[in-house]
Amino acid sequence: MINTVVEQFPALIVTTGVFSAFTILILGLLSRKICYYIVLIVTAFHFILSIFTLQHVLTKGRIHYWFGGWRPPWGIEYVVDELNAYSLIVILFLGLLGIIFAKRSVEKEIEERKLPTFYTVMQLLISGCCGVVVTGDVFNLFVLAEVASLSTYALIAIAGGKALRASYNYLILGSIAICFYLLGIGFLYAVTGTLNMIDMRIILQNLYENKMVHVGFVLVLVGLGIKAAVFPLHTWQPDAYTYAPSAVTLIMSTVVAKTFVYALIRLIFSVFTVNFLELYINAWNLVPWLMGVAIIVASILAYRQNNIKRMLAYSSIVNVAYIVLGISFFNSQWSLSGALVNILNHAVAKGCAFAAVGAIVYKTGIKDVGALAGLANKMPYTSGALLISMLTLIGIPPSAGFVTKFYLAIGCLEMQNYLMLAIILLGTLLTLAYFLRVIEQLYFREGNSTQKEEVPFSMLAPTMFLAILCLAIGIFWLTGIPLEFLKKSITSMGVIFR
Amino acid sequence: MIEAIFEKFFQHYNFWAAVVIIFIGIYATIAKNNLFKKLLGLNIFQTGIFLFFISLGDIGSLETLGIGDATPPIIWKPAEERGYLYVNPLPHVLILTGIVVAAATTCVALALLIRIHKEYGTLEEDEIIELEAIRGD
Repeated sequence: MINTVVEQFPALIVTTGVFSAFTILILGLLSRKICYYIVLIVTAFHFILSIFTLQHVLTKGRIHYWFGGWRPPWGIEYVVDELNAYSLIVILFLGLLGIIFAKRSVEKEIEERKLPTFYTVMQLLISGCCGVVVTGDVFNLFVLAEVASLSTYALIAIAGGKALRASYNYLILGSIAICFYLLGIGFLYAVTGTLNMIDMRIILQNLYENKMVHVGFVLVLVGLGIKAAVFPLHTWQPDAYTYAPSAVTLIMSTVVAKTFVYALIRLIFSVFTVNFLELYINAWNLVPWLMGVAIIVASILAYRQNNIKRMLAYSSIVNVAYIVLGISFFNSQWSLSGALVNILNHAVAKGCAFAAVGAIVYKTGIKDVGALAGLANKMPYTSGALLISMLTLIGIPPSAGFVTKFYLAIGCLEMQNYLMLAIILLGTLLTLAYFLRVIEQLYFREGNSTQKEEVPFSMLAPTMFLAILCLAIGIFWLTGIPLEFLKKSITSMGVIFR
Repeated sequence: MIEAIFEKFFQHYNFWAAVVIIFIGIYATIAKNNLFKKLLGLNIFQTGIFLFFISLGDIGSLETLGIGDATPPIIWKPAEERGYLYVNPLPHVLILTGIVVAAATTCVALALLIRIHKEYGTLEEDEIIELEAIRGD
């Protein structure tokens, strides 16, 4: 009995999320205060459901949900395996903390009359992201990705001023990305005649030599690459992160970015499989090189930034490059584990960093690194959280970021790609270089005021919680307990090691 | 030789049209300076994709393997007796969804453009960038 109930959860998360979004819009006419609590309760409820989903997947195996009882390949199917359930938990957990953080931050940055619509769109964004993660149908993925993207454009633009152009640029590039993706699945549909991921994977097995499949693969890769801000396609990202309201940046850098990274991994490994990549291994081998360039160039760009949010935005590009580097060595289990681990690690660390920066902006309005001097005396807890998140992003053991780099380094050694190993180490040094500027300002410069002024508890709590998690998760990965789980997730992606 | 090329071209003329429309759209989206023209380019691009999808549904009869022979997907006795093929309705349904999504994107973009025009008084991208530089952070 309980099993069949859990099998409804993936669909329930998405449908109740969309339903709640419109409930907020209507109830927002009556009372503006209630909106926030609806989003909070619904997301917390979804988070609990996602934990049950993971537990079910681990004990009973994959969940298949058929909409309207239509069997695949005719109907839309939601499939949840280990990778999905893991991504779903990451997204909902960071979404929940982001919403807790958003309350006070948004009250200050956004006009009060816009709050109901803000929370409506926020709820739509999180539901859209959950939908992208649980769906097993490529076209459904397109629709839900568009729900998430349109919400993101609106949320960025709500800040006004420079955010408008940043949002419009993102809209144009994001729509081109989604159109490429749509065109790509058009090509794949033309040769396979199906839209279901599992079905498409089976039919594609005999069609790897087909030119339509090649074009489809490239279009899907470029489309999702733009959305996930993979290096040469990242141009919309720094502006969007910099000018969006703090709470929105927090949600975008964690929830939205990880959703599309997940979609990229799912499409590459579950639809096209490793065999396809191996057939064109020479072309695929360009990807790690490109990511090597990405790590260095994005780190140098981050070093040159004065705006702290922009610096963190470039650091996000570096971290996405780490994930793609991890999946590009698909023959090494360690390397793939590094990529999967970084989905959680980077979400937590960058969530913490953006939350701390949001708190600093809330209290002092400081946006530039140079103005941070002596802030550690003024806001000790927030500065501490920022310090821990930066150490995590650098990769100091035993933080979570260290685990990512450790796994990737083992992966590089396994693949005997020593140059890439050197680039990972260089990337770490460059990260140290640009975050040291911030740390120096925070802790080693005298400020003009020493009076303690902390942000409200609802903003401080998620920041501190994420900072503790940065270390706790790192230690948890290092204990080796989750290795079995990681292996299962990689197998669920469709990668089988010889 | 030339005949064969022509035949190939005209058999799939709607795909060629889709390619041309897609490229016009992408060109306009990337190269135009006016933000509104970029949006128009995006719409043209999307229309090209829709044409591509709808063309996929069209099935030729077995003899010609061309396009335009299949009947609409309606169950009709005489058509079945004569062995007519039906157009695949699934791409049409997909594109119906796609059109809704494209309309939503256009709505959001137009709303943004109104805000941008109120803020800067222009929609030319280079002028907006200049104004932003003057205003500072």
